Amino acid sequence: MSVQPAGAKDQVARLLTLVPFLHARGPVRLDDAAAALGVPAEQVLADLNVLLMCGLPGGYPDDLIDVDLDALEESGGDGVIRVTNADYLARPLRLTPTEATAIIVALRALRGSAAEETREIVDRALGKLEAAAAHGTAVAQIDPGDAPGGPDLIRLEAELRQATSRRRQVRLSYYVPSRDEQSERIVDPRGVVTAHGFTYLDAWCHSAEAPRLFRLDRIAEAEVLDSEIQTEPEPPRDLGKEGFFESSPESTVATLELDPAARWVVEYYPVQAVRRRRGGVLEVDLVVANERWLQRLLLRLAPHARVIAPSSYADSFAAAAEDALRLYN
Amino acid sequence: MSSTTGRKSERLLNLLIMLLVQRHYVSKDRIREFLYPDASTEAFEKMFERDKEELRSLGVPIEVGNMDAYFDDEPGYRVRPDRLSLPDIALTPDEAAVIGLATRVWQHARLADATTEAVRKLTALGVEVDESALDIAEPRLSADEPSFDVFWEATQERSAVEFDYRRPGAPRSTTRHLQPWGVVRYSGRWYVVGLDTDRGEERVFRLSRVEGEARRTGAPGSYDVPPGTDVRATAVRLAPPPSTGEAVVLVRRDAGIALRTDAVAIEADVVGPDTSTAWDRVRISRGGQGVADELLGYGAAVYVESPAELRTEVVDRLRAVVPGAEVAR
Repeated sequence: MSVQPAGAKDQVARLLTLVPFLHARGPVRLDDAAAALGVPAEQVLADLNVLLMCGLPGGYPDDLIDVDLDALEESGGDGVIRVTNADYLARPLRLTPTEATAIIVALRALRGSAAEETREIVDRALGKLEAAAAHGTAVAQIDPGDAPGGPDLIRLEAELRQATSRRRQVRLSYYVPSRDEQSERIVDPRGVVTAHGFTYLDAWCHSAEAPRLFRLDRIAEAEVLDSEIQTEPEPPRDLGKEGFFESSPESTVATLELDPAARWVVEYYPVQAVRRRRGGVLEVDLVVANERWLQRLLLRLAPHARVIAPSSYADSFAAAAEDALRLYN
Repeated sequence: MSSTTGRKSERLLNLLIMLLVQRHYVSKDRIREFLYPDASTEAFEKMFERDKEELRSLGVPIEVGNMDAYFDDEPGYRVRPDRLSLPDIALTPDEAAVIGLATRVWQHARLADATTEAVRKLTALGVEVDESALDIAEPRLSADEPSFDVFWEATQERSAVEFDYRRPGAPRSTTRHLQPWGVVRYSGRWYVVGLDTDRGEERVFRLSRVEGEARRTGAPGSYDVPPGTDVRATAVRLAPPPSTGEAVVLVRRDAGIALRTDAVAIEADVVGPDTSTAWDRVRISRGGQGVADELLGYGAAVYVESPAELRTEVVDRLRAVVPGAEVAR
């Protein structure tokens, strides 16, 4: 989305929201208006200083919008904003196409996670907004779909967010694909984060005695406990490409050769370097948290990934494949 | 904020008021006389053009018309109050509460801001907010794909887009040309649907597979979305067919938890390919490309019985990575 130049345009936009706000509510304190607009009080004051220079194009003093600055700037002022002579700006602007689309798409997403009675309220609100925004927007063309996993996953996410803010421990029943096992563990939640279309709980895991990420759709059960967290609260990790899998002391690096069919690996897993080879082949240095995880990945990719180094990984992979193949002989 | 900004804000707001309060079109000369008295003709033309554009981008509908029914050489400008302001959307307290929740849905800075701005406008007229009736889990909508913004805007504006796209398994990306019809989220990922103008057919693209920057190439409004287009239905129709096939596999006791969790049927203690553990027969409902990958990942813990094509694929892929096995075939 293009970066909006801050400054005059934003200031005008704020004033066109502020004036109707004041008009509808009567006298409002400067601080309250600033909070409602999401800007500092000084900004609102600067905006009001612009407003009083505006008005009808007659050029007479009476034509200007009147702002009682004394009440705001003088030491004895009551801090209440009084704007008069601006009736023609009393109504808020129409929603821009982006605003209309953004809010309608957000409401459609909410609809998917609402209980039946609430859904009826969302539908009423959507109906009014869609009617008001019908012209010139692409709301019909942008569809947020249902949340992956549906309402259950959203509820789980809400519970985990709440446990995080209340600093409560959580007992998780979690499926670990690399070990193919269902595990029980107590964690200190740090926050819920999303990356690559999946939602994760970042938490300190008392079984691993290390921070771990838990994919929400692999959590079979989560029970928020009464016990308080035992580790220092920390914000969740930013799952940008760098931070997704932190290298831990146990992690090693494997150099792999990936055919085009296996290139998706670089999008999903932490790689330290990618080198292009002939025929669309990539040579990558992959961060490997544990060897079992790597074996499983290599088996899934067979025969489109080859281990260049270390040779011990190449040998153990060949052995694992041979074991599997032997079942069919 | 600098005083230059303040002066420009004043000019923008005064221009808006001037065009708003007149019942007729206002001539360019009159606008110049009041608001740009010190500017040269060239500077005036430039500033006036830019000011109009900025007001329009805020959603101010500036109309251009003829001043005089008899002389059509002098254009004039006006803003109609009924087209400037938000229509009267009378929100009930519970609807206002739902709309308030919408501000927390987008995990995308620009769209979160646009939603907040929309809510400010909608509530500027003063509505009671009642959250007590809501039973809702708050979903989060993220859009991490770097190309999301371009496709979102192009969809809204109906402008064509050019981008580099890599199909899964393709060695390199190719440049594609699309008239976007819509942006759809499906299983947590965003897709764009539209007319591929190189192929003359509708196509769907996954935004995470777009490489580099997507570029808008056409003028806004340069094509029409075919009437009656349902972008979700189109995306589902063009997406790879859903997995419907069944497969029968033998799984070692205590392994393959994910396979067992959503199994169609499990038959315990069957004769397996070896006797080192007990084996269970698990019937799973899966199909498509991913199923062989998934089963290969289990290595020697899973043995594929049927269908024959799946079994052949698994065996062939294992042979391809076991040294000497290919020759033995």
